[in-house]
Amino acid sequence: MVSEAIIEEPKTYWKAPISHPDFGSVGKTGLWRTERPVIDEEKCTKCLLCWLYCPEDTILRREDDMVFVDYDYCKGCGICASVCPVGAITMVPEIKEGE
Amino acid sequence: MPVRLSDFPRIRYGMPGNAACPGCPEAMGLRYVKMALGDNAVLVMPAGCSSVIQGYEPKSGINFPIMNIVFASAASLASGMKAAFESQGKDVNVVVWAGDGGTGDIGFQALSGAAERNDDIIYICVDNEAYMNTGIQRSSLTPAGAWTTTTWTGKKEYKKNLPMIMIAHDVPYVATASVGYPQDFIDKLRNASLIRGFKYIHLLAPCPVGWKFDPRYTAKIGQLAVQTGLWPLFEYMNGKLKISPFSRLYRRPERKVPIMEYIKLQGRFANLAKDPEKIKILEKEIERQWEWIEILEKATNNKK
Repeated sequence: MVSEAIIEEPKTYWKAPISHPDFGSVGKTGLWRTERPVIDEEKCTKCLLCWLYCPEDTILRREDDMVFVDYDYCKGCGICASVCPVGAITMVPEIKEGE
Repeated sequence: MPVRLSDFPRIRYGMPGNAACPGCPEAMGLRYVKMALGDNAVLVMPAGCSSVIQGYEPKSGINFPIMNIVFASAASLASGMKAAFESQGKDVNVVVWAGDGGTGDIGFQALSGAAERNDDIIYICVDNEAYMNTGIQRSSLTPAGAWTTTTWTGKKEYKKNLPMIMIAHDVPYVATASVGYPQDFIDKLRNASLIRGFKYIHLLAPCPVGWKFDPRYTAKIGQLAVQTGLWPLFEYMNGKLKISPFSRLYRRPERKVPIMEYIKLQGRFANLAKDPEKIKILEKEIERQWEWIEILEKATNNKK
């Protein structure tokens, strides 16, 4: 025989710690950088390979597909400089020698 | 269908400011999943480096809905989740994003079970060839000769040929990809999302920390693995094995890039780079990989 005990609904609910996707989940990761990528806009052929390979999505596209770097979050890994077929991206040290 | 970069809208696919190391191949791979599948995907993630990228409350570093689960039941959870979506009448891509330990070692029974039931999920194995998150321990997918913290003098055994094991499960779709060729990976993900049944994609992800190389070479090493023939790209669809265009260029032995180019960039192969005799272990691995592929290509393309 089926028990007819009334199962009460729990009156208190756990507030689940659900996280939502957002920028900067560990802060401004641009602080990790030791070298910054600098784009030479005259050499750039707008092939978008740097935009495709950037792991952090910090290389952004303008309306005319010219790329620029979001230095707030760029970790300075240098993948963009190594995949650029025309050498338009150079890695410049953040701190010069002697400083 | 070839992927054209200028067709993609100018939106952000990744989540900048996450906890991934500089030059992380998994962060790259997650972006390509977003580019290929868009918002219509849910990730199932066993523990691993990707859980680090995801981070803590209140912000998540991956812009997908994610369900975290223990190693051993990632594929089972995805099967149940897909069944729940189907009962609600929703058509959502359920994607398992597991590392090589979570696929080849610990999660293998769930993977094999889901493949046998032919559940409608996409299983992506992000193969960084060791347990990177816990401190670079050897896994069954570590290649022969590689240094890890548990194989100091180089691993003696060969890499488990997981894509071939999945083909033996007779699933509708099996493919290999590399983060060095994102267009190829995006194309394969799009192909996979159109097929109903179990889809398996093995993505090679060169890890700068565990493989001991400069983070700027992540993409280059992903490409060199294909160019040397160590990681052949192929697609097994409709019962036919097809070698992908990027790998077809380097198919003939004389066209292949010398294996030394691949070894000398990586600190984990420092033992091999010193001793030319030991390089033969990797050359044999290349032969072994291509032997399997050629047998299967011949056998599957000749039948009606």
